[in-house]
Amino acid sequence: MSEAFAPDPAFRSWGGAIRPLQHVGRPRFRDQLPDLLQQAPGSALAVGMGRSYGDSGLNSSGALIEMTGLDRLIAFDGEARTLRAEAGTTLESLMRFLAPRGLFTTTTPGTAQVTLGGAVANDVHGKNHHAAGAFGCAVRRLGLLRTSGERLELAPGEPLFAATIGGLGLTGVIEWVEIDLAAIPGAAIDNEDVPFGSSAEFFALARESAQAFEHTAAWVDVSRGRGVFSRGNWAPAAAAAPRRGRLAAPFEPPISPLNPLTLRAFNELVFMVKSRGAKQRTVSYAQALHPLDGVTGWNRLYGRRGFWQHQSVVPAANAEDAVGALLKTVAAAGEGSFLTVLKTFGSRASPGLMSFPMEGATLAMDFPARGEGVLRLMDRLDAIVREAGGRIYVAKDGRMSAETMRAGYPRLEEFMGLLDPGLASDFQRRVLEAAA
Amino acid sequence: MSGERAVILGALSAIAEETARLLAAEGARLCLVARNAERLQALAADLRLRGAAQVETAAHDLAQADDAPAKLAEWAGALGGLEEVYVFYGALGDQARSEREPAAAREAIDVNFTSQALWSLAAANMLEAQGAGALVIVSSVAGDRGRMSNYVYGAAKGGMSILGQGLAHRLAQAGGARAVVVKLGFVRTPMTAGMNRSGPLWVDASTAARAVREAARKGGPVVYAPWFWRFILLAIRLTPAAIFHKTRL
Repeated sequence: MSEAFAPDPAFRSWGGAIRPLQHVGRPRFRDQLPDLLQQAPGSALAVGMGRSYGDSGLNSSGALIEMTGLDRLIAFDGEARTLRAEAGTTLESLMRFLAPRGLFTTTTPGTAQVTLGGAVANDVHGKNHHAAGAFGCAVRRLGLLRTSGERLELAPGEPLFAATIGGLGLTGVIEWVEIDLAAIPGAAIDNEDVPFGSSAEFFALARESAQAFEHTAAWVDVSRGRGVFSRGNWAPAAAAAPRRGRLAAPFEPPISPLNPLTLRAFNELVFMVKSRGAKQRTVSYAQALHPLDGVTGWNRLYGRRGFWQHQSVVPAANAEDAVGALLKTVAAAGEGSFLTVLKTFGSRASPGLMSFPMEGATLAMDFPARGEGVLRLMDRLDAIVREAGGRIYVAKDGRMSAETMRAGYPRLEEFMGLLDPGLASDFQRRVLEAAA
Repeated sequence: MSGERAVILGALSAIAEETARLLAAEGARLCLVARNAERLQALAADLRLRGAAQVETAAHDLAQADDAPAKLAEWAGALGGLEEVYVFYGALGDQARSEREPAAAREAIDVNFTSQALWSLAAANMLEAQGAGALVIVSSVAGDRGRMSNYVYGAAKGGMSILGQGLAHRLAQAGGARAVVVKLGFVRTPMTAGMNRSGPLWVDASTAARAVREAARKGGPVVYAPWFWRFILLAIRLTPAAIFHKTRL
């Protein structure tokens, strides 16, 4: 093993349900990348902040290239509203640069602790998908380094560009990305929480809110089928400095406090707090868009066994029925999910071949990794999703079958034809190679 | 203080880059010195976007210190003056190699002590003559006690700490200019990549950078960063040899 890659026992996926040892190289400059790729034992995979829940960010029989050292801004045009930066830059640091200038990324996932490269490789989506589309919609150009040593500058319209958006890092190492930016009136968001008592009510709220509100999402108490619908818009207020993570979960408790005993109480509490009438508040963008970033390492509260995430999307035509079925199945199994998020997606298509969002509804749930029962439950959920014509989000996945993957991503074969043979991931070996 | 003018020797190190970003956010004028011109350009572009009023780059092998006074004058001239000099560069070296190969030992000592000392002396002379400014020498707790695992590096750092202390004493006479030695503990950067970096004693580069930036403003002559290292090293220094020798630290 070349000394450029060191074994890192602390490196793990966000869900931590699977923790094979990774070998990690940490470059700081672009000129180090070609040599690193040459020296990688077997295959390599570029990764960012490690927020993928499952095995799409792991490469157990090869090496990882951790890109967060490549975090420099390259070019910025405030008038044209474009920004070019190295792929290891986090969205959080981009937002700290942009917000005071009245600008923002066109969309953001629920955590800003992801890299630009990671946002592209997973074609992430946010609370404003129905307004802005996925992250890939804002990418103007990107720099890709292939293991052959070739350095490519890709633009929309090129097959490799489409393959790289949502391409899970398997088409090459993304070195830099140039994105369009959105203008924002201030750094705060006017938010409103509206309680609902059934998934039918959720869909009515979603339809009603889509035009007037840019950011929408709902938290759901799965066992009761009720929840709180959150909707908001950028507020014309003076820039509020985003809250930094003040709480930290610095260790993994041997017995997780997140278990069926506490789940019921937790859900009651959250519902009570959130549903005191339709509350309107102005909050910082961090609070509205990245609530969990305020608790560093929250994923560790699931304990040593970790947790699985199941996020699916189902097409609009079947959404109400399918979401109802998914929620009923989880409730019946008695497996609780602490953070269940339900959101509708809009029709704006992403250029990515392997893009996850589609017009319809997406449901995300977490399950403590307590054994076979949970895995069987998720298989049943997959079946409901497949039947409805939907798919599973790879960034969250650690256990879906190759068949489910193939059924959900019609352009999979096209994608497989554009992969870089020198790169691989555990997800690719487990699912894509079997599916192709 | 904004618009401050600083020369950063060894600007491509992880902690140096984070420190430069803090300075850029204050609108400082910077001259970045390191060997690799292309990497310096990438850094400069980033720092200008982050708010630096001016960024000059100088590709120079800092191990070559004989022309230090002239070079420093040139770099200060490009900025129109100088308030701060940061000495960042260094190499952890390979302790085992230094023990076996005299040439490796000489290189480790020359880079980490001899050349740093010459740059520091030149910087101190310049700051003393102008009666203002701060010299910040980024050193290490490894210099507080010779330990079998890294004493060659430790010796160089120890030497620089003493030199820095002496310079602080000298500059304090005339008033105006200052010298500060910042002793860093465990920092997660490429330099420490081979070590086990978990545990509460480890900090990341941006935390170390904040300590370095603060030291330039005030404090010294010797600053431990984070603060708890002062007490850890006190204990280490006071441990009798009979006991210390039983460890393999």
